[in-house]
Amino acid sequence: MKRHFDEDLDGLAARLLHMGRLTEEMIQLAVRVVVERDAALAEEVKKRESEVNELHVEIDDRALKLIALHQPAASDLRLIAAAIKINSDLERVGDQAVNIAETGLFLLKEPTMKLFDVPRMVEVAASMLKDSLEAFARKDTALAQDVIRRDDEEDRLKSQTFNELIHLMQSDASTIQRAMDVILISRNLERVADHATNIAEDVIFMVLGKDIRHKHVSV
Amino acid sequence: MPTMTIPSIQPKTEFRSQQPSSPVLEIRGLSAGYAAAPVIKDVRMDIGRGLVTAIIGPSGCGKSTLIRCLNRMHEIIAGAFCAGDVRLEGHDVFQMDPVHLRRQVGMVFQRPNPFPTMSVFENVASGLRLNGVRDRKLIAERVEKSLRQAALWDEVKDRLDKPGVGLSGGQQQRLCIARGLAVEPRVLLLDEPCSALDPIATARIEEALLELKGALTMVIVTHNMQQAARVSDRTAFLLMGELVEYDETQKIFTQPADKRTEDYITGRFG
Repeated sequence: MKRHFDEDLDGLAARLLHMGRLTEEMIQLAVRVVVERDAALAEEVKKRESEVNELHVEIDDRALKLIALHQPAASDLRLIAAAIKINSDLERVGDQAVNIAETGLFLLKEPTMKLFDVPRMVEVAASMLKDSLEAFARKDTALAQDVIRRDDEEDRLKSQTFNELIHLMQSDASTIQRAMDVILISRNLERVADHATNIAEDVIFMVLGKDIRHKHVSV
Repeated sequence: MPTMTIPSIQPKTEFRSQQPSSPVLEIRGLSAGYAAAPVIKDVRMDIGRGLVTAIIGPSGCGKSTLIRCLNRMHEIIAGAFCAGDVRLEGHDVFQMDPVHLRRQVGMVFQRPNPFPTMSVFENVASGLRLNGVRDRKLIAERVEKSLRQAALWDEVKDRLDKPGVGLSGGQQQRLCIARGLAVEPRVLLLDEPCSALDPIATARIEEALLELKGALTMVIVTHNMQQAARVSDRTAFLLMGELVEYDETQKIFTQPADKRTEDYITGRFG
């Protein structure tokens, strides 16, 4: 039996996926500020951030109304709980994109800088984010597991980038300002991957009712 | 002034001492119905001590039939049959004197049914008097205790001699709960006790049940799933006479194991 409630749940998921697509675009645009040294793109990032912030409030409001008016249970309840958590993660992804764009604007004032593994970090973080949202849309736990596995690679790339940049700063003090900016960007990208991992964990909870977030904690 | 302890009404059946964790009621292979039509089939479940167990399921699934078998109210209907094993503290209920059984396993019905000719006080005292208690002081103490347990005392203490039927619907239902509690049953069965009540009266009953939890074992049949979620520790889902799922209430309402349970509690049935 198709319920009216299903339409409301579908609406909630659709708005969340729209928010997800905006944050994906924000990350791509912010990285282009850095790589293509195009200051105008930072404005595009900020425009999308306003929309993401509006969606952040709207999605929480929708979710709270669904809980208050329908007293959802079981998979309905898990979907709404997951949506509230994913909503927070996506808003934070948007913030990371803004940080990258702003750091990119500082970098524009400096001589060109080698980016080490940052392009690869962008690739990994962006694909994790995209796939975590795809896993949410398709209720695909295998894809969610795959996203979680990829977080290790992002962490490894971040550590490698940190080490290389520290080495660069030690050998050439004139690079410190630029190198610090690239460290900040790699940190932002690593956080994007962390948020994608959280989303993937929420998808597994939503579909299976299994909380896999912290291995040693049981309820 | 020395304090007086209220003696329990001793059942004729000697119950052996029970471990706190052992079930109060054990139901095995219980089938029941009318003439040739079975209503519940081969139900197996344990009712945990001091817990509230909720029975949920669509109309006609056998919820009321199931609990009415537990104190042998089902068999008094013409043409009814009941087969299987139900044990109260290890004793076969079908071998017990039904009157003694019902003193141990009390019941509250959907519609409040205070005795119409009796006062508030006499309604609660009636079970004690029927059981031969004559000590007026003891009766007065037990009436007050039961009315307090049913969260009704403060509302009726100044009108104990007024007719029970003069109370509001919600108060009448709590009066019926107090009447059931007065004889100190081991188990209280509640068959949709709030379905005729408004949300405030319902909340008062639920608060009373939560207060009684631990000291008394309760089984509640309810159509209101939020009520089951609010008051019960364990929930059983019945469908067409079959016990589909029986688990911790929290588990049933967040991660039911059976798709039929999921469909029922999320309203996808149809």
